[in-house]
Amino acid sequence: MLSTFFVAAVLAGTPLLLGALGEILTEKSGNLNLGVEGMMFMGAITGLAGSYYYEQGVISGGGTPSGFVSAAVALLTSFLAGACGALIYSFLTITLRANQNVTGLTLTIFGTGFGNFFGEYIGQKAGGYVAVTDVTKKAFSSLNIPVLSDLPVIGPLLFRYNWLVYFAVVTAVIMAWFFNRSRVGLNLRAVGEDPATADAAGINITLYKYLATVIGGGICGIGGMYMSMVTTSGVWVHNCVSGYGWLAVALVIFATWSPARGMLVALVFGGLTVMRMYVKIPGLPAQIYDMFPYIATVLVLVITSMRQSREHAQPKSCGLNYFREER
Amino acid sequence: MSSQSTQAKEPLLRMVKRDTISVKKAWTIRAAAFILSLITGGIVILVLGHNPFAVYVSMVKGAWGSKTVTYETVKIAVPLLITAIGISFAFKMKFWNIGGEGQILVGAVAAGAFGLFTAHIFPKLPLVILMMLAAIVAGGLYGLLPAVCKAKWGTNETLFTLMLNYIALAFIKYLMNGPWKAPGSSYPKIAMLVPGARLTKVLGVHWGWILALILVVVSYIYFNKTKQGYEIAVVGESNNTARYAGINVGKVFRRTMFLSGALCGLVGMLQFAGADYTITEGTAGGVGFTAITVAWLAKMNPFGMLIVSVFIAMLERGSNAIQTQFKIPASAADVLIGIILFFMLGCEFFISYKLIRRGKEEEHA
Amino acid sequence: MGEAAEYAVKMHHVTKTFGKVTANKDVNLELKTGEILALLGENGSGKTTLMNMLSGIYFPDHGEIYVKGTEVTIRSPKDSFALGIGMIHQHFKLVDVLTAAENIVLGLGGKATVNRREINQKVSALAGKYGFELDPSKKVYNMSVSEKQTVEILKVLYKGADILILDEPTAVLTPQETDRLFTVLRNMKEDGKSIIIITHKLNEVMAISDRVAILRKGEYIGVVSTAETDQAQLTEMMVGRPISLEIERPAVQRGEKRLQVIDLTCLNGDGVKALDNISFEAYGGEILGVAGIAGSGQKELCETIAGLHPSIGGSVLYSGEHEGVPVQERILGLKPDEIVKKGISMAFVPEDRLGMGLVAGMDMTDNVMLRSYKSGKGLFVDRKAPKALAEKLIGDLEIVTPGVETPVGRLSGGNVQKVLLGREIACQPTVLIVAYPVRGLDINSSYRIYDLLNEQKKKGVAVIFIGEDLDVLMQLSDRIMVMCGGKVSGIVDPRKVTKEEIGLMMIHAEHGEKLGKNEEVTA
Repeated sequence: MLSTFFVAAVLAGTPLLLGALGEILTEKSGNLNLGVEGMMFMGAITGLAGSYYYEQGVISGGGTPSGFVSAAVALLTSFLAGACGALIYSFLTITLRANQNVTGLTLTIFGTGFGNFFGEYIGQKAGGYVAVTDVTKKAFSSLNIPVLSDLPVIGPLLFRYNWLVYFAVVTAVIMAWFFNRSRVGLNLRAVGEDPATADAAGINITLYKYLATVIGGGICGIGGMYMSMVTTSGVWVHNCVSGYGWLAVALVIFATWSPARGMLVALVFGGLTVMRMYVKIPGLPAQIYDMFPYIATVLVLVITSMRQSREHAQPKSCGLNYFREER
Repeated sequence: MSSQSTQAKEPLLRMVKRDTISVKKAWTIRAAAFILSLITGGIVILVLGHNPFAVYVSMVKGAWGSKTVTYETVKIAVPLLITAIGISFAFKMKFWNIGGEGQILVGAVAAGAFGLFTAHIFPKLPLVILMMLAAIVAGGLYGLLPAVCKAKWGTNETLFTLMLNYIALAFIKYLMNGPWKAPGSSYPKIAMLVPGARLTKVLGVHWGWILALILVVVSYIYFNKTKQGYEIAVVGESNNTARYAGINVGKVFRRTMFLSGALCGLVGMLQFAGADYTITEGTAGGVGFTAITVAWLAKMNPFGMLIVSVFIAMLERGSNAIQTQFKIPASAADVLIGIILFFMLGCEFFISYKLIRRGKEEEHA
Repeated sequence: MGEAAEYAVKMHHVTKTFGKVTANKDVNLELKTGEILALLGENGSGKTTLMNMLSGIYFPDHGEIYVKGTEVTIRSPKDSFALGIGMIHQHFKLVDVLTAAENIVLGLGGKATVNRREINQKVSALAGKYGFELDPSKKVYNMSVSEKQTVEILKVLYKGADILILDEPTAVLTPQETDRLFTVLRNMKEDGKSIIIITHKLNEVMAISDRVAILRKGEYIGVVSTAETDQAQLTEMMVGRPISLEIERPAVQRGEKRLQVIDLTCLNGDGVKALDNISFEAYGGEILGVAGIAGSGQKELCETIAGLHPSIGGSVLYSGEHEGVPVQERILGLKPDEIVKKGISMAFVPEDRLGMGLVAGMDMTDNVMLRSYKSGKGLFVDRKAPKALAEKLIGDLEIVTPGVETPVGRLSGGNVQKVLLGREIACQPTVLIVAYPVRGLDINSSYRIYDLLNEQKKKGVAVIFIGEDLDVLMQLSDRIMVMCGGKVSGIVDPRKVTKEEIGLMMIHAEHGEKLGKNEEVTA
């Protein structure tokens, strides 16, 4: 029972982790992009559409689609879609200096519309709804790793997930290393904390902000693709991201902008979203569980502000645009 | 010689902040951006295989073509406008209240507490007043909470108000599934407000639209003519100056956020008692977010918000028409709104700055 | 590299404008290899702007720059580093949450990974070479001001810069720290490095530099060899008139005691004592000058009295009258609006004009009513009276503005100050506190401000004038209170002491005690 709960928590936490990782990367550059939900929607539909059209193309050519290629197409298209959304955001906020909050919200409105619109539109063309074939479904189902998956206890707990789970974990580890050990990561943190200083140190602020935001958006897009390919098993469901993007923003705060802690918090948040199916606390209605991640996040926000923590806080320049030649 | 060599060394494009720009020029830039956004939207429609002009015409007709659809359009505009006014209270003092969604929802719940359970006790007028007061107080308190934390500890209000949205949403889901679940219903939903307690219609739409118009005028006066409005503006420009002027910054935060939340809460009551007659997860339906862009585009001017919110309502309502007529999914409205907003946000840059190309000397004004 | 060029840097005909303001006009500057050049000028003379064009922060509108003999284009700080130029800014450019060593390697090329042990060792070695004491793994937010400056200097040295620019490096240092810095600078000169030090302190110029280049109002005045000049000549070049400024000091009968400050103590944001047992009195009909090096507690003194900064001890007594009725109040701890409510008319012109005294984005009418908008009953503000006052101020003080509707942020520095001071004077104060009222202003505007202060003095107002230019303080003030490290070194009569004596009191609190006591007796 407990082990199935753990597995379900990991599965539910993975898209949150991906969304949060994208947002952490973005915020480290000083951009508060509230368009995570929108970018996830964009990734969700393009990932699904990518696989779907690849399969249809191969089938109409008389061939058999490959699950591996299909998954690769989904990964690429969802990354690109998220990145495109983030590129619009970057252009508006970095180059045209538009307000970050408003631009991010607009991106959410746009991305949500984009996802639902094309989801329905492609569905109409497909004669009802979009769904991928079993080949792709299999590519996104749990892996069977030789030896490891068959280990007792550990096997089912750690080695029988779909590949995106491992992808997310590896991304988190790489990102943690990137911020703490790499030179570029150090520079990026400086950009987000104090762009004027980073600028004076010869760091190209514009380039760093663009790259971090666009790659971050791409990772959010992959998180959205997880929703359409794994959570809903390759079928387009209207409003399938439904608030996961915002939960990812909450996760960023709860993880205090650390990718490593992000993994743990994603597990906790994932656990909370599926908890009602596994753990019943007498007297506590299931829907109240949905509140926990947000209440916990509010508490983290308030406590860190009370302690005036300088390090476990949002990068200092977050939400503010930077321009050099102004007097 | 020296001036030529200098020019060659300049970067290709430089940005210079404009000192002033004529009102006419500013509006020309905005109009150009708006037309460009419609063209971009048109290209998308064209790629999908439809005639953009026909689709746009259909949208406008779908929003204003008959009495019925006009009522529907106004019904969409009312919550958008009042929420935008509410949001602008906070935004004017640079307090980023993105918790409009949550404040609407708690307002609806508070109104529902009276509307659903005391309709048999009170006659209509006191009941409606009670619902309004409850919604205002609930929304206001929900807005007050982040303001208190911000004033006391400097807690980041953007993230705080954002989280409160989802706490309210989860609470409504809980009510739908549990204590407020309609008796006899097989799936989770809240009962309907009895017809006798629903808001009276004036000219086809519940009287919320009159309230909205009054609020446009009142808030304009509040912002521009009252001491409190002046305080908001000073706090928004500089907390230090406000303290210097003897303004209690924390108090202004709290008072203004209460008002901001209260107006959003009022929207919740109007949606519940005037439009939906019940409460669902969709009661706020993104209004809290869209209203932020409405307020921003209107530069916090209530009359501007009136125009923008009616326009966005037209797009949303018109998208239903194109769904039936062209089989274009109604979500197209969100895509189009997004595109238009992107362009409008971007064009403000060209109003505040001008670009100087290399080789072109700044004209001596 | 072969033979070093004779000149490390040459700037020819450099011009830079910001909107309508010309910060540098046709400036020439030459730095010889291996010398210390002092760049001297008053506040607002364009020293920092000129140097920012060398460090890549700004791009010149016109002119050529040569580094080590070749013409160069400096588009960004990166270009500047590549040429071996390193600037130590007045406002430290350090990332708070990073360590000293991390800040030092920031933006540098090299391996993809950062080996913390290695960089810490390198930084320690470099610090040791010059006799700095620094923990390379200490986070910047835990550092003192002088530690931060050490990091800034090491940052530049670590990058191997051989042309160093220091922007007013001593403004924040104690005398001992200044001496240590100068020793380091001389060591670096021995190493063959070329150094520009921006300053407006003449004694430092004489102590450290080989040559002095002078800027005035954005224009290049000339360069002289330090050995062949003296402070008088430098002052003349800097200020632009042969004799030192004559500022009127009208003789006025000293009036009643308006403000008595007793043992006032307060902490700054970091929990360090910013004011330490400050006691003094201010009388009507006199100007009390306050002298001291920047950051000696002047800001906290003004803000504590004005009710904007919390105190931890002492008291402030006010006595005056309101509509004919005598008012005696303890005002310490009262908020600005509470002070007004008690019928006390105390005006305060803060140092940060647009960040505290005025609202940059609002027009003159709205700014004029900033301190008085609460008066009058009802919900609504009255803009008629403020508008009339704004128009009167424009006429009386010759404020140059397109109209009362123009946001004050768009006005020039002198006009901004006239709006602010005009508003404060308009409330007919009995006590007027002005902090650095002429900073960044041209000579004409400055004189207009001195005249306004003298007018107030003649009206019997107690004026407290926080200044930085000792010459001005000594000519304008009736008494001068000298502050040092949050303490009062003494209160002296400017007619009876020399500038050097005040200078000594500014750096040694003990020195003033004798003088200060003497003055108490005569007062």
